[in-house]
Amino acid sequence: MPLLEVRHLVKHFARSSGLFRASSVVRAVDDVSFTIEEGETFGLVGESGSGKTTTGRCILRLVEPTAGEVVFRGEDVLKFRRGRLRRARRDMQIVFQDPYSSLNPRMRVAAIVEEPLIIHRIGSRANRRARVDELFRLVGLEPSHLNRFPHEFSGGQRQRIGLARALALNPSLVVADEPVSALDVSVQAQVINLLMDLQEKLKLTYLFIAHDLRLVRHICDRVAVMYLGRIIELATASDLFAAPQHPYTRALLSAIPIPDPEVRRQRMLLDPATVNRDRPLREVAPGHWAAI
Amino acid sequence: MRAQPTHPTVEPPLLEVEHLSTAFRLGQTDALAVNHVSFEIRTGETLALVGESGSGKSVTAFSIMRLVQPPGRIVGGRILFRGRDLLALPEREMRTIRGAGISLIFQEPMSALNPVFTVGSQIAETLQVHGRVRSRRDARQRAIELLAAVSVPQPERRVDEYPHQLSGGLRQRVLIAVAIACRPALLIADEPTTALDATIQAQILELLRELKATFNLALLLITHDLGVVAETADRVAVMYAGRIVEEASVREIFRHPKHPYTQGLLASIPGGHPGSRLRAIDGGVPSLGTIPQGCAFAPRCPYRFEPCPTEVPPPYVVGVEHRARCYLQDPAYAPALSGPGRPGRHSKS
Ligand SMILES: Nc1ncnc2c1ncn2[C@@H]1O[C@H](COP(=O)(O)OP(=O)(O)OP(=O)(O)O)[C@@H](O)[C@H]1O
Ligand SMILES: Nc1ncnc2c1ncn2[C@@H]1O[C@H](COP(=O)(O)OP(=O)(O)OP(=O)(O)O)[C@@H](O)[C@H]1O
Ligand SMILES: [Mg+2]
Ligand SMILES: [Mg+2]
Repeated sequence: MPLLEVRHLVKHFARSSGLFRASSVVRAVDDVSFTIEEGETFGLVGESGSGKTTTGRCILRLVEPTAGEVVFRGEDVLKFRRGRLRRARRDMQIVFQDPYSSLNPRMRVAAIVEEPLIIHRIGSRANRRARVDELFRLVGLEPSHLNRFPHEFSGGQRQRIGLARALALNPSLVVADEPVSALDVSVQAQVINLLMDLQEKLKLTYLFIAHDLRLVRHICDRVAVMYLGRIIELATASDLFAAPQHPYTRALLSAIPIPDPEVRRQRMLLDPATVNRDRPLREVAPGHWAAI
Repeated sequence: MRAQPTHPTVEPPLLEVEHLSTAFRLGQTDALAVNHVSFEIRTGETLALVGESGSGKSVTAFSIMRLVQPPGRIVGGRILFRGRDLLALPEREMRTIRGAGISLIFQEPMSALNPVFTVGSQIAETLQVHGRVRSRRDARQRAIELLAAVSVPQPERRVDEYPHQLSGGLRQRVLIAVAIACRPALLIADEPTTALDATIQAQILELLRELKATFNLALLLITHDLGVVAETADRVAVMYAGRIVEEASVREIFRHPKHPYTQGLLASIPGGHPGSRLRAIDGGVPSLGTIPQGCAFAPRCPYRFEPCPTEVPPPYVVGVEHRARCYLQDPAYAPALSGPGRPGRHSKS
């Protein structure tokens, strides 16, 4: 049984387009299905506005989906009532893109990391303190800095704090929404190494949302490509990068700049008019799906 | 499309920046965000200025345009544009240089266009300021031509639209159109593609390459993306904590990086065997006010030795038009450095 199974997920937002005009509907996520196996790193890529963040948030019910099913360990999360949902959330956590705005600036970092334990009434005060210490060490931070405020840390360190908080409740699934996009290149590598180490140590499963395709290729087992609210291609990372099938995927991969001045890539352009959004995914090779 | 190598004696560089220093007041002291920065750009050439957040790239760009706002101020150096020192010009003359001699595309694309004016009127304004058009009809016609030059589809229609009606990629094209409206010789583009999707980024870079060829533009491209550098630059200057720590041709930088910081940046690009550990640089970028003495990179450097934390290394000449501020390049230290830990052979995992 897969750890997570997303079936026909739909999320529409109402967008009022100005005075006196009927509001239109944004189909942010429009019939998205995929599964994630335990221990896997599953990548979600696609252009800005294609629905990656909304998909991640729907899975955790940080936004309520319009329709569909989110089956986690065999149970549909969307049917859970409050109490059950709270328990389920212990097992599913999110790390946000922006390490600057995602931590409360007025709280000491010890309190930030401890907060989920308090909310879920876990352990005694002393137990919790010990756990916070342990988490700090786990993400490579100095426990002697626990009494500092977020602004006293660098971006990479803040992202580690966010990660420590996300791991406080021992989740099995972590949704990492662009976890290193806001970081400097040299620091990105530190956080990525940490994510890989933690995965091994804690048997974590990642839904990894990113737009850096080089990074996705490096750390993901399987990748889904989103385009205008739909998944248009899904395959193992190696198959996707070796033999992209959908014209959008091809355009996207050909746009990655190669960090070598002596290699020129043949750019492929996509004419959006040629993409038929309603074409269903079909299996073009074992485990390789494309809407072509 | 690389610039032809020019004979150094034939023509002086278009822009020469010499020991430029720009400071911000931090409490009681001045902190140098740009610290004795020197480089030159020749006609038609692209110099990439790379570095991590806070290294001083944007402040360098603002200094060249003389747009640094208090509490910042230029505290030293010369900026020669076609042989004239911009820092010595009266503001009135500087205004004619901005736009017609040197143009800047700002880092924040959202704030750079005025939301209440049409695309056409913003281009027209630039043309009028520099007296490049005779009438409003003329200005509109030129605006349409410029939009066409930056490959905005249906320029006759787009010219009357407002910025919010355009996608991020089109907005960036309009900004480029404004920047090249008065035919500057040098375009400074501060992270022109960072906010854009990969496919749009590729198109904008292609556009910049075309414009360079068409108008013989020199380009100072500011970016932190080494992939963008590899595709666009002729030469590269790597900035760290306010200083240029290495400068060379793009080929040299990628093939024979000499500064451990440059080597670390190149090594941290994801690649190699999937799932393998990435090579990270320990620690983080220092912030203004906490920049270490001596070589600012020393605390993070796997090869640091005695002289590093005490005195700033000079720019050693390490090859043809290749300089690196690193004591490892000093022949006087060579015997002491024959042990393990020489660069090129990464001793760290
Ligand atoms: N709360 C909201 N209200 C209205 N529309 C929204 C809301 N959240 C997202 N959207 C819209 O839904 C679409 C998908 O947005 P989403 O943030 O999921 O994209 P994304 O793929 O994460 O993009 P990015 O790469 O820019 O983060 C966009 O058109 C967005 O404007
Ligand atoms: N108005 C200001 N007041 C005080 N310090 C400033 C100001 N503007 C910039 N600085 C400081 O000057 C240094 C250089 O900033 P700059 O904006 O040039 O960095 P950058 O290399 O462009 O970084 P990024 O990649 O994030 O754009 C930083 O330490 C920054 O904090
Ligand atoms: Mg997002
Ligand atoms: Mg900047």
